[in-house]
Amino acid sequence: MEIIKLQQIKKYYDMGGAEEVHALRGVDVNIGQNEYVAIMGPSGSGKSTLMNIIGCLDTPTTGLYEFNKVNVSDMNDDQLAKIRNKEIGFVFQTFNLLARSNALHNVELPLIYAGINKSERRKLAMQALEQVGLADRVMHKPNELSGGQRQRVAIARALVTSPSIILADEPTGNLDTKTGDEIMVLFEEIHKKGNTIILVTHEEYIAEHAKRIIRLRDGLVEIDEHVKRRKIMNGE
Amino acid sequence: MNFLFEIKEGLRIAFYAIRANKMRSVLTTLGIVIGIVSVTMMATAIEGVDRKFQESASAFGANVLYVQKFPWVGHEDWSIYRNRRDIPLKVAEDIEQHATMVEAVAANVITVRPTQFEERNMKNAFITGTTDQYIYASGTNVSDGRFLSQEESNGGRPVCVIGANVVENLFPNQDPIGKFVKVGSLPYQIIGVLEKQGGLFGIFTSDNRVYIPLKSFMNQFGSKRDVTINIAAKKGADIEDVKEELRGIIRKSRGLKPSDADDFNLNEQELLVTTFSGFTAVIAAVGFFITGLSLFVGGIGIMNIMFVSVTERTKEIGIRKAIGAKRRTILIQFLIESSIICLLGGLLGLIISYPLSLLADKILPTAMPLSIVGIAIIISLVVGVVSGFLPAYRASRLNPVDALRYE
Repeated sequence: MEIIKLQQIKKYYDMGGAEEVHALRGVDVNIGQNEYVAIMGPSGSGKSTLMNIIGCLDTPTTGLYEFNKVNVSDMNDDQLAKIRNKEIGFVFQTFNLLARSNALHNVELPLIYAGINKSERRKLAMQALEQVGLADRVMHKPNELSGGQRQRVAIARALVTSPSIILADEPTGNLDTKTGDEIMVLFEEIHKKGNTIILVTHEEYIAEHAKRIIRLRDGLVEIDEHVKRRKIMNGE
Repeated sequence: MNFLFEIKEGLRIAFYAIRANKMRSVLTTLGIVIGIVSVTMMATAIEGVDRKFQESASAFGANVLYVQKFPWVGHEDWSIYRNRRDIPLKVAEDIEQHATMVEAVAANVITVRPTQFEERNMKNAFITGTTDQYIYASGTNVSDGRFLSQEESNGGRPVCVIGANVVENLFPNQDPIGKFVKVGSLPYQIIGVLEKQGGLFGIFTSDNRVYIPLKSFMNQFGSKRDVTINIAAKKGADIEDVKEELRGIIRKSRGLKPSDADDFNLNEQELLVTTFSGFTAVIAAVGFFITGLSLFVGGIGIMNIMFVSVTERTKEIGIRKAIGAKRRTILIQFLIESSIICLLGGLLGLIISYPLSLLADKILPTAMPLSIVGIAIIISLVVGVVSGFLPAYRASRLNPVDALRYE
């Protein structure tokens, strides 16, 4: 079943005056359930723009975007917020945790916005933190955690609402190789449980963890290929 | 996400933010604190002036009419009143004979004379000549002894009743009853003391007065005098009817033709109260406008700091929006924060102004009106919401992509 269906997605940025930047110039991509996709491309290729559109943080200038068969291309801010809250789990390069809140509250936050009651919220958040191996760190604030641990909190936050897709933007970009590998192991586990993962990266080494790589260049899909020699990480 | 959740989460975030920026929050709140203190103190002062006035006005007595040459509140050129004929004693006699709706009639005349007791001297005592009826046709009450009797009044006996200030001045440590005071050059025996009336206008109250029989007064100081006639209306009588009847009697007594205008006035306490209420309303309006300005400045301070706060937390807003916060959620979050800062300011203002009002009570008897507590809280909330709205609105409209990228 297709979760994401992009047809002729174009995104122009008005830079003032007659100047216009064409970030995406007609992208067609379909992503099905339980896929593990890496989106790659050099800077300026439009991969950030594509990620923002897929993540419902932004809307395309023209083109059709169907998310779970629902057209989201013309949705307003609040409707998009609801989709982001329920259907998409974000993992960012810079973690983007609330600095003054502890791990538990950070993970609970999307559930608060989803209107889930306190006891249920706490239970789900604890489960998610357990799943990423941070059950003993729930009361720590981000500045009391290592980079890898912070990213685990962010992954727990992304998982806690049981979203349709996990959207990870350079999730290992701020981590050393060893910690980065640990995070990739975690993604592999999540994928095995049936989650759909979209990974945005510019590192071949990271992209090779995915089953499929979409390469962008100048706002168009250049290559859409299956990974032949997939790098499969496991704990050991 | 329901509204209650949003409020709860908003409160939590607000307290977090305020605690994280203690110094800034305190300084911001200061504007509101000062604003609320000045508004409440203004209200307290007006309450005090009002009370003082009510006290003064009651000295005139409710339902007491004063027939006088001059109006208490004049609308025309003062010379018109000054050129009127004096009101003679005969008018009082005519009223006594013909009026049907009056309880008591008491003519009285005033002069300022030194009054002495042994070594002590009061230079500016108001010597008032009147009859035994005066006590029923004024706002005064006897606190000790008694007022003039009919016999003393008719016989012009050398007795007197003195006001509270006269007692304080001449008899600081002893009971005045039975003592003799020298009024002008003649001795009068004190038979009664009056209750203190206080009030704004010392001269209109009984406090500085020495009451002697009208007959004695006329004998001692001369009989060709302008008389004031105090008239107490009967209980239940319509005051306008009473006035109409009195006008007829007085006009006849003074031989006015139907075409002549009244050459006297019927004064009453009500007139002063009405005039004064208008007067305090103006003071209140001006006062609240000025103190309101300081609240306004405080509100601008809040708005400024909320803008800073929104800018500072752009990234946080981006994160919240990315994981599902709606515009309304963000708006409410920041509105709650500014409201809480203002509310704390308002409460602090009340805590400061309460002891100040107790202090003010020592100078001008007053109390902080209870309604002002509610009003102050509502005002601070309103200031919080109004001054927080623009920054909160801006925060709620932030584009999540740009906000996330903000460093």
